[in-house]
Amino acid sequence: MLKTLRHIASIGIVTERAPAADDALRVREALSERVRAVLGRALCIRHVDAGSCNGCELEIHAINNPIYNLEGLGIRFVASPRHADLLLVTGPVSRHMETALRRTYDAMPDPKLVVAVGDCGCTGGIFGESYATRGRVANVIPVDVAVAGCPPSPVRILQGILTAISGTSNH
Amino acid sequence: MTSRGWWNGSEAIAGAPRSRRLRVDQDEWLRAAADIAAAGGHLIAVWASPAAETALAIVMRAALFTDLGLLVLELPLPDGGSYRGLHEVFPATARMQRAAFDLVGVRSDDVDTRPWLRHAAWAATEFPLRLGSQISPLAPTGEAYEFVRVDGEGVHEIPVGPVHAGIIEPGHFRFSIVGEKVLRLEERLGYVHKGIERRFTELPALEGHRLAARVSGDSAVAFSWAYCQALEGLSGCLISQRAAMLRAICLEIERIQNHLGDLGALGNDAGFAFGLAQFSRLKEELLRTVETAFGQRYLFDTVVPGGIGADLSLQTGRALADRVRAVANSALELHDIYDEHSGVRDRFAGAGEVKPELARRLGLTGLAGRASAQPLDVRLDLPTRPYDEFTPARIVREEGDVAARVAVRFAELEESCRLVQLLIEKLADGEQRVAMAPPAAGKLGVGLIEGWRGPVLIALETGPDGSILRCHPHDPSWQNWPVLEHAIIGNIVPDFPLINKSFNLSYSGHDL
Repeated sequence: MLKTLRHIASIGIVTERAPAADDALRVREALSERVRAVLGRALCIRHVDAGSCNGCELEIHAINNPIYNLEGLGIRFVASPRHADLLLVTGPVSRHMETALRRTYDAMPDPKLVVAVGDCGCTGGIFGESYATRGRVANVIPVDVAVAGCPPSPVRILQGILTAISGTSNH
Repeated sequence: MTSRGWWNGSEAIAGAPRSRRLRVDQDEWLRAAADIAAAGGHLIAVWASPAAETALAIVMRAALFTDLGLLVLELPLPDGGSYRGLHEVFPATARMQRAAFDLVGVRSDDVDTRPWLRHAAWAATEFPLRLGSQISPLAPTGEAYEFVRVDGEGVHEIPVGPVHAGIIEPGHFRFSIVGEKVLRLEERLGYVHKGIERRFTELPALEGHRLAARVSGDSAVAFSWAYCQALEGLSGCLISQRAAMLRAICLEIERIQNHLGDLGALGNDAGFAFGLAQFSRLKEELLRTVETAFGQRYLFDTVVPGGIGADLSLQTGRALADRVRAVANSALELHDIYDEHSGVRDRFAGAGEVKPELARRLGLTGLAGRASAQPLDVRLDLPTRPYDEFTPARIVREEGDVAARVAVRFAELEESCRLVQLLIEKLADGEQRVAMAPPAAGKLGVGLIEGWRGPVLIALETGPDGSILRCHPHDPSWQNWPVLEHAIIGNIVPDFPLINKSFNLSYSGHDL
C-alpha cells in the first residue's frame, strides 16, 4: 500500500490541457443553444465498433488515460445506449454490424449526436464498400462530426467530441 | 511416418525460412496431419483457395509447424466438392473449415455445418472468394443461429453482444449459467467480417502491406512484416540487416505497447484502477517517443516492401532506447505492486485456468499458450533475421491461469525492452529500403512472424500476371478463441471480463 501511495505521489498529475473544438470536423449543423444548455458538458458516450481493425479503439482508449483525462472534462463512456448522448462509431460499417449499429442508434434518447472516427468511418477507408461492408458510417446513420486519420490521434478524437457538443461561431 | 518423412518429399517455398509445400491426396492429408501432431507439431492455419485451372477447382491448404520448419500441405480438389477435415487431429481447424465453406464453398466432413463467417449479408449459395464471383448483398435481417442449448434445473442463458459494454470489438457470447457459475460459453463471431481477403485481390501486390497492417490494428507490424516477408520471397528481394533490425525494433515495440495496455486493463478488471492509470500513462509516453522516432504512434505503415518506411537517427534512436529503459524500470516497480496487492493476486490466481494438457490438445498458441506450458515462439523456433542473432529468452509458465498470463506478459515486456535497447545499440549500417522487382507469377509465398499474440501467417499466391490471386492472413486468435470457451467453465460470470482480457483476442483479425 505504501508503495502504491508513494508511486502516486511521485508521478503527480500528468493531465494536459484539452484541445479546442474544430469546426472543420463538422459535417452537420451545430447543436442549438437550447440543446447545448441541456447537455452542458456532462456528456455520456456510447462507443460502437461497426467493423474497425481495432486501431481506432486503441486511440479511443488513450483519451481515457490520465494525460488526456476525458473524465476530467465531465465526459464519460457508458455501457448502454439508453444512457448515451453521443455515439462514437469506428470502422467501415460491416454488413454484419449494420443492424446492431442501427439498433444502438435507435435506442439512444433524443437529442443525440454521432461522431464517426477514423478514415474508415469517414469514407470507408482502405476497405471501401463491398459485399461485406457498407463503407462510411454516414451510409447507415446520420453523422454530425467526422474525424479522419488512420487512426486519428487522441487529440483529434477529443476535438471531434468537443466539436460535436460545442456551438459554432458561424451560427 | 515421422514429420521428417513428409518433409523429405516436399519442395521449398519462398518467404519464411525453412518453409516447404507438399501436394497430398485425401488419405495423406489426414495421415500427414496426424503424424505431425503425434510428433509434437502445431497447426498454424487451414484455408481454401480457388485454383487457377477451372472455375470449380479448389486447393485446401494446411500450414503445420514441425520440428524441421513450416510445412504447407496442399490438397487439390479438382471438382470443388468435399474433403475430410482435420478437426479430429487439430480441433482448432473446425471453425477454419466452416469459414472455408462460407468463403470458397468447399465442405469438410465435420458434422457442424453451421455458417461461421457468413451471417446474413449474402446467400448461402454464393462464395465471395471464388474466382470471378459476383455477390449480391442481402438486406440485413434478424438472422437465426443455432446455439447449443444447455438444459437442466436452474440453467439459464445470458446473451451478450455483438455490441459490448465498453470500448471493445463486437462479437456475441452466449453463456449458460447456474447461479453465477458458467456451465458453458459459446462464441458467435464474424460480425466485423469486412471482406479483407477479397480486397487483397483488388490491390497491387506492392501495396498489400497496407491492408495487411489493418487486418488487426493492434498487430499491424506483425501482419505487415509477414506480408512483406512473403512478397520479398516471391520477388527474390533481400532486405538489409539494418532494415531487418528496425523491423524487429518495431515488432518488439508493438509487443511492449500491447502488454502495457493489457496489464493496465487487467489491473482495472481486478478492481485496481491505479494499474490502469499508471500503465496507460507509461504507454502514452512510449507512443509519443515512437511517434517522434518513426512518425507514427502505432506503426501501421512502417514495414514496407524492401525494407522500412522510416529510419532511426542517432538522436531518435537514443531517445527511444532511453524511453524503453524508463518503461522497463517503471514496469518492474508496478510488477512489484501487483504482486503485493492481495486483492489483485486473489482475482488473478486460479481464474480462467487452461491446464497444459488441454492447451496442447486444443492447440493454444502464442503468449496464452506459453502461459500453459506450450513453448512455441517463432522468434526462437523459426527465426527470421535478425532474431537468429538477437535471441529473446523463452518465457514459459505452467499454471495456465490469469496470473500465469499476467506473469508471461510482465516477463515478455521486460525482455522486449532489453531487445529494443540492444537492437538500437548494435544497429547495423545499411540501406533503409532496397528496390523490389515484381513478384514471380503463379507462386506461393509465406510469411510467419511471432506477433505479440502469437504466430501470424500470411500466405500469398500470385496469379499468372504477378497480381494477388489469393492472400490469406491468419491471426492466432483463431486457435485461441475456442480455448477461451473452456477457460471460463466453472468460473463466475463477473470474472469473464478479466479472463477474456488476459487472452485479449482479436475479432477483426479473426473475422477478416
